[in-house]
Amino acid sequence: MTTTTTGPAPASPGPGAPEAPVRDRADVRRQVRLVITFGLVLASLVVFALLVDDPAFTYLLGEKRTAEFVPKDGNATYISWGAVVIAAIALVLAALDRFPRGWKGALLGILVGLAFYAGFLMWAYTDQAEGGIQVFIANPIPGTIRIATPLVLGALAGCLCERAGVINIAIEAQFLSGAFFASVFSSIAYSSLVFIPVALCAVFGLLGGVLAGVLIAAMLGWFALRYRVNQVVLGVVLVAFATGLTSFLLGQIPSDHKETLNDPQVLEKIEIPVLADIPVVGDALFNQTLLVYLMYASVALVTFLLFQTRWGLRVRAVGEHPKAADTVGIQVNRVRWQAVLLGGVFAGLGGAYYTVGSTGAFDREVSAGTGFIALAAVIMGRWHPVGATFAAVFFGFMWNLQNQLSFVQPVPGELLGAAPYLATIIAVAGFVGRVRPPAADGEPYVKE
Amino acid sequence: MKLEIKGLTKRFGSFTANDHIDLTVEPGEIHCLLGENGAGKSTLMNMLYGLLEPTEGQIVVDGEPVTFSTPGEAIEAGIGMVHQHFMLVPVFTVAENVMLGREQTRRGVLDRKAASRLVRDLSDRYGLKVDPDALVENLPVGVQQRVEILKALANDAKVLILDEPTAVLTPQEIDELMAIMRGLKEQGTSIIFITHKLREVKAIGDRISVIRRGKVVGTAQPSASEAELAELMVGRSVQLTVDKAPATSGAAVLEARGISVVDPRGHLVVKDVSFEARAGEVLGIAGVQGNGQTELIKSLLGLVRPDAGQVWIDGRDISRHNPRESLEEGIGYVPEDRSHDGFVGSFSVRENLVLDLFRNEEFSRGPVLKRDAIEANARHRIEEFDIRTETMETPVASLSGGNQQKVVVAREFSRPLKVLIASQPTRGVDVGSIEFIHKRIIAERDRGTAVIIVSTELDEIYALSDRIAVMYDGRIVGTVDPSIPREEIGLMMAGATTSAAANGGAA
Repeated sequence: MTTTTTGPAPASPGPGAPEAPVRDRADVRRQVRLVITFGLVLASLVVFALLVDDPAFTYLLGEKRTAEFVPKDGNATYISWGAVVIAAIALVLAALDRFPRGWKGALLGILVGLAFYAGFLMWAYTDQAEGGIQVFIANPIPGTIRIATPLVLGALAGCLCERAGVINIAIEAQFLSGAFFASVFSSIAYSSLVFIPVALCAVFGLLGGVLAGVLIAAMLGWFALRYRVNQVVLGVVLVAFATGLTSFLLGQIPSDHKETLNDPQVLEKIEIPVLADIPVVGDALFNQTLLVYLMYASVALVTFLLFQTRWGLRVRAVGEHPKAADTVGIQVNRVRWQAVLLGGVFAGLGGAYYTVGSTGAFDREVSAGTGFIALAAVIMGRWHPVGATFAAVFFGFMWNLQNQLSFVQPVPGELLGAAPYLATIIAVAGFVGRVRPPAADGEPYVKE
Repeated sequence: MKLEIKGLTKRFGSFTANDHIDLTVEPGEIHCLLGENGAGKSTLMNMLYGLLEPTEGQIVVDGEPVTFSTPGEAIEAGIGMVHQHFMLVPVFTVAENVMLGREQTRRGVLDRKAASRLVRDLSDRYGLKVDPDALVENLPVGVQQRVEILKALANDAKVLILDEPTAVLTPQEIDELMAIMRGLKEQGTSIIFITHKLREVKAIGDRISVIRRGKVVGTAQPSASEAELAELMVGRSVQLTVDKAPATSGAAVLEARGISVVDPRGHLVVKDVSFEARAGEVLGIAGVQGNGQTELIKSLLGLVRPDAGQVWIDGRDISRHNPRESLEEGIGYVPEDRSHDGFVGSFSVRENLVLDLFRNEEFSRGPVLKRDAIEANARHRIEEFDIRTETMETPVASLSGGNQQKVVVAREFSRPLKVLIASQPTRGVDVGSIEFIHKRIIAERDRGTAVIIVSTELDEIYALSDRIAVMYDGRIVGTVDPSIPREEIGLMMAGATTSAAANGGAA
């Protein structure tokens, strides 16, 4: 037999021989990216630490000063330089290509992020004395949870739709209409429906939000599944539609009917005994409104539905390979309809947050584009409800940070205003790594 | 179960894909459906499986007339199908794929254990070895096919339709599949085996029905000769081999050294591949689909940048060339997926024939195309390559597969070439066009061009090659002479190195 060794190079090794000495280009890119990121983090942390003149600062374990929570004093020096040490360790690991992968890497990454946060806060909150106003570092968790609540609910809607293969850009539309109708329902319940106890008026508002969310979902389903309209264009159109419709309807409410139509009862905080007494996090997590508890439950519910039930298996199948699902007798579009409509329930709840879940009356574009941030959370969370929840919490954290820092002197306000959006872009573009959306996401299923 | 098809007809507009087809499949019989690409085999099977609705005719199961408007109803009636393009969800496990559509639950929760048990039981009973908890995307195609068969068996299929099941398999895997088919037959399952490969029909069939242009044109016994079957299938006598003189190899024209490619998902799919193509010689690259051939060829053309390695033509480094620069170096390229990479379907034959030539002075002056020259070119090529088209203005998408391929071949052959790279040059092409394209490729070789043929069909590799390089798992496991027997190449396609194959090998 002629075993010709061709070409000027030595023969290619057979199977079992060591892998070819090529480093995956993406692998190299990852290392470069990590080194640059950690380098920048380390450099800024050193600068932050050096800029601290007087290491005294005050902090608060609660969000606001109350009888329970009084400000305490801390020393910035240890924290600032501790953060520097953590960043330096990460940089060395990355430079030696020893930075761990998988959950260990994620954990270390989060640790570096926290170090950056701590170092930054030390710089921002020390040397504040001259102004005379006492500023203190407040507990960021309550604010984070509040802001993240609608984001999480919207992201769950996104996960459900996209896992079934329908792109949902219209989360923002569902937020807006959910917010509006939650307000209207709650107001009407309070002013006109005498048989509803006052405490339940806000809950009735949630129902209005859900109905509105499902209605927009039905429009999405109708055009995307029935008429196979391009789903990205459709989503944008639905957002424009919802923006216009809610603004128009708001304008139609006569000023003497404000109380009956747009002055909702808001949800009361409910303290869960024992759990709410956990230090630092208890009050933040378990002294919240019904909507927040519904959000916690929804994450568990959607995760269970998608991964442990017959329905979930079918949803994922039609999102990945609709034809395969069809050939085993699954009605593709019916399953997609179900997923889209159920998503509407969660997105509508998320919208209700902006009225009955927080401040009360509906105002024009009250959700301020957060529906799109929820969409970013879906992508950053890799289309997994739990991942999307973490991403949404991260965005909520950034948002809350911006709110808190607006009272602190050395940070320019304009930059801060952009920070959450910037964080979104960086997170989605840079840190998701290789993501794989459901294979048939956005593709209408047509039988031959 | 006895399955009868009576006068089944399917029309798409004015086109009749199936014309009054009659067929009877007896219980426990392997019934082969032989026909060329486009003869109407898949249409027939899709009607049988509830994916298409017949225009006329009847399906009769055990004497009872039935109609299937969804695959679910066909499954219910005991019909199972293994599709040519697998109907498996890649990110699901084997067990999840098998249970999909017939899931068992315990208090609302998916019973994955029961599904795994079912897979294990079935694979024991029919000798189909599969790990129920493996992710389908990580399995080799041969095993994925077993999963497809298991899926059908889990639904108690009494009639199993296998649509071109051997296209993606190594020769050894084909042997295994045939053993499985015999096992199923012994247990009473009827099988409809669809193929265009004569060898397989003779090896496994109990009865053979031949389909041509939507009609059953005859039945045959497996004892019939290949020539007889081919004639029945094509409608005239065909030459099954390619006439060619021994090659007169010259100097190496194209050299590739140490090529490695990482695909977008991060997998190393081409691993340190080196070879050379010599003037006046056909180098055949054999291998089962998905072993790096596609990416290797794309890296030669500059369609993907290799992550390591270099390519030279006549000693000049072209590794950093873009595709146009590579073509200008004298590479002719027939891509494996012609409708995706080979032509613009909505453009006319005339336009497609100058798709990579219109920049030449011959066909344009500055930004303006020379219409007369392009028309003359089209007239000339249509005649020379026997392209069957109504006019030169007909959109290429409306031609038959064979004629579409001839358009691509005609265009690529109308430039002076140093290297011809043809991937799957005859995939989905009728036998008449195959003969023609093969002849032209050999003629190009005899003109002194270095030819590289990539094919997953061993017959084609043997018919054309002067040297055969076998790819497995991203590597060239060996380069051999076409005189070595098919079995040895088969072993190499499954990863055995040349020396192991020579020693009888371990598969």
